[in-house]
Amino acid sequence: MSASLAEIRNLSVSYGKGASQGFALDGLDLDIRQGRRLAVIGESGSGKSTLALALAGLLPLEAQFRGEIRWPGLAHPPMVGRDIGLVFQDPGSSLNPVLTIGEQVAEGAVRHLGLDWCGAHRNALALLERVRIPDPQVAFDAYPHQFSGGQRQRIAIASAIAARPRLLIVDEPTSALDMVVQAEIVALLEELVREAGMTLIFITHDIALASGFADDIAVFQQARLVEHGVARAVLTEPVHAYTKRLLSAQIDFSTPRLINEVADV
Amino acid sequence: MHRALILTRRRIVSSIPVLLIVIVGTFLLLESAPGDAVDAYLVSLGGGDAGLVTELRQSYGLDQSPFKRLTLYVSALARFDLGWSVAFDRPVLGLIVERLPNTLWLMGAATALAFSLGSLLGIVAGARPGSLTDRALSIGSLALYAVPSFWLGLVLVLVFAVDLRWFPTAGIETIASGKTGLARVADIAWHLALPVSALGFIYLALFLRMMRTGMAEAWRQDFVLFARAKGLARRRIVLRHVARNALLPLVTMLGLQAAAMLGGSVVVESVFAIPGFGRLAHEAVAGRDAPLLTGIIIVSAVLVIVVNLMVDIAYAALDPRVGSGEASS
Amino acid sequence: MNRVARRLVDSPEGVAGLCLLVLLAAMALAAPLLYPGDPLAIVGRPLTAPFTDAGLPLGTDRLGRDVLAGLMHGARASLLVGLATALVALTAGALVGTLAGLAGGLVDEALMRVVDAFQIVPAFLLALAFVSVAGASLSVIVFAIALGAWTGPARLARAEVLSIRERDYVAAARVIGMHPAEIALREVLPNALPPVLALTAVIVATAVLVEAALSFLGLGDPNVVTWGSMIAEGRNVLRTAPHLSIVPGLGLVATVLGVYLLGEGLANAMAAREGRG
Repeated sequence: MSASLAEIRNLSVSYGKGASQGFALDGLDLDIRQGRRLAVIGESGSGKSTLALALAGLLPLEAQFRGEIRWPGLAHPPMVGRDIGLVFQDPGSSLNPVLTIGEQVAEGAVRHLGLDWCGAHRNALALLERVRIPDPQVAFDAYPHQFSGGQRQRIAIASAIAARPRLLIVDEPTSALDMVVQAEIVALLEELVREAGMTLIFITHDIALASGFADDIAVFQQARLVEHGVARAVLTEPVHAYTKRLLSAQIDFSTPRLINEVADV
Repeated sequence: MHRALILTRRRIVSSIPVLLIVIVGTFLLLESAPGDAVDAYLVSLGGGDAGLVTELRQSYGLDQSPFKRLTLYVSALARFDLGWSVAFDRPVLGLIVERLPNTLWLMGAATALAFSLGSLLGIVAGARPGSLTDRALSIGSLALYAVPSFWLGLVLVLVFAVDLRWFPTAGIETIASGKTGLARVADIAWHLALPVSALGFIYLALFLRMMRTGMAEAWRQDFVLFARAKGLARRRIVLRHVARNALLPLVTMLGLQAAAMLGGSVVVESVFAIPGFGRLAHEAVAGRDAPLLTGIIIVSAVLVIVVNLMVDIAYAALDPRVGSGEASS
Repeated sequence: MNRVARRLVDSPEGVAGLCLLVLLAAMALAAPLLYPGDPLAIVGRPLTAPFTDAGLPLGTDRLGRDVLAGLMHGARASLLVGLATALVALTAGALVGTLAGLAGGLVDEALMRVVDAFQIVPAFLLALAFVSVAGASLSVIVFAIALGAWTGPARLARAEVLSIRERDYVAAARVIGMHPAEIALREVLPNALPPVLALTAVIVATAVLVEAALSFLGLGDPNVVTWGSMIAEGRNVLRTAPHLSIVPGLGLVATVLGVYLLGEGLANAMAAREGRG
């Protein structure tokens, strides 16, 4: 049983007041275990993106925050960028169109690792290589519009992990990409996370996609956590009706076998 | 560099028909003025007999059909012959060349002031939208934008030249001071301080507002959230991510305002008695000098085309998406 | 319409602008009632100071003309020129823009080059040139300013028309067999108009300022009192009686500011409506 990186207790995030108050998250209790890959499953509006923003401390000003998030796995209060990396859905708009991708990959390292721009440049080249961007030297001085969607997402991932965060949260990273590219991105994430010993939270609406590599699964429905457990358990013996519905809708007999490894706990 | 050359070539090609339309327009202007160049010449001679008049008209081709006269006019322009100024009794081109530098200094300094100070204050306002600073700057800039530049000039003269005596009231340099080199430059700068302010403050307000709006827009973009998610320093986010993007429409505005500022220089130069290109336009109208006025209009058009081209090249340098086939936002 | 009006009242800019303009409009309308005579007539001793003579609340200028009468008539002139110019510029621009957008091809290209030509020459120089040719009267000045102002509406109208003409209801009209001119006037133009109308505030404000500048330079209508001509007059005695130049200038600032504020308030009110609809 690995230790907790973060402990979420009774977290509620809401907007508006009185009659028009809407809850994005309602009374959430969740442990993020270190070194594990957690898949957060839910439809849009289920609160999964709010969870990402809440963990990163990037909730908008109007949001009302109740409850607490403890970080026993960190020696200091968490800072987004340094301890938490965040990747969003739309790769096209995550990158600043007027700056080179090299600068955007390097700036995190400059900020958090205390490197000068020369050192960060080398760091960035290494990262671009690891996310398999061809010709990193040339790519460093290129601009986002010169790359494809899949490449841009890989660049975004590189820039999110540049400062070597302990936790990487990816929010629907493949929804805007086609199937082949999706698989590539997922494989890349798996590899990076395993190499660096990062904790991964993978947010998606696609339970089949998550089932391929998640250690734990948390299912959200309408701002509440309805099911949480080890992946194998959730997928083979779902407890909540919603989870059962999701599984039956997305997985059928033609889906390849879910559980490949024997012992994974 | 390569993109700059492509832009230049494309711009020159597309400007030619527009310039021709302007030239036809100025030709019509010349035609509608009473008398022609020969009449003007005769006035300067002090009169002449009818035989001389006909002879001159024939040699200059002024007795031909309007279309022929137009072609003569265009060919003269191609030789940089802008005609003869009636009021000043000298070639128009020489007159313009003499007066233009003063106006370019005035406009250049005013643009520099407006753009730099305006965007700076706009960044300050846009760094925290909705804050007290933002609101104060917003209202202040709107009020400033509503001020007529000539009236602002008079107020500045009243306060700073007449009451406080910090600056001179008129002219571009101290007459017959015999100053040279750096001392002369300083003298001219001292004289231009108030006119540059009068002309520049209005556009300062404009750039402030544009930058502020641009930043409010940029703050909402996804890449700003992504930059924040990287935990970057606030200053870097404001300057390198938000302002850098908000800058683009401002650069476009620079080009559009070139024409307006040229027009504004007419009144400001009149208020401050600066011997410039703008004031020349006023003198041309007052002196019923049609050739001079048309010459001024053509030169203005060319100037605006050149400035717009330079601005577009600068924009292409700032926005890597331009000229690569992808539409910019 | 009522909802827009209510939302306008909600925004502080809209209210401020409206108040300013109502005040100025009142001045303009009251002018011929309170001062039916010629405001350029000499009514008292030259350079009477303001607040000294009950019959001349703001004193007189260098020639002995009533300053308050001039101010009020000047308001009339400014507002008239502003609104008239907007009318001419918007109409001409909308027509040309719609024609260009619907005709397409060579006609479109040619018209846009003409628009370019009018945009390249500084608007003030265009106005100067027209006034020098056609003489200085208020109606000439309106056209002179419109020469520079019509290009914005033209471009905007064309852009709107280009997007509208691809829409379903236009295609439907064509299928029914509506005459092209009828389609243009009944289907296209009414839908292209609202964004173009949004330019009204800017055009009115510009017109007021340009007219003032022309009058200041002595190129305005000599038979009409305008704030610009008052400022020019006051310039002669700037050191001894600065208020003669300053007060009309404040009038200009108030007018232009009022127009901008009202324009912004209206734009916000209409945008809010669209957002909700």
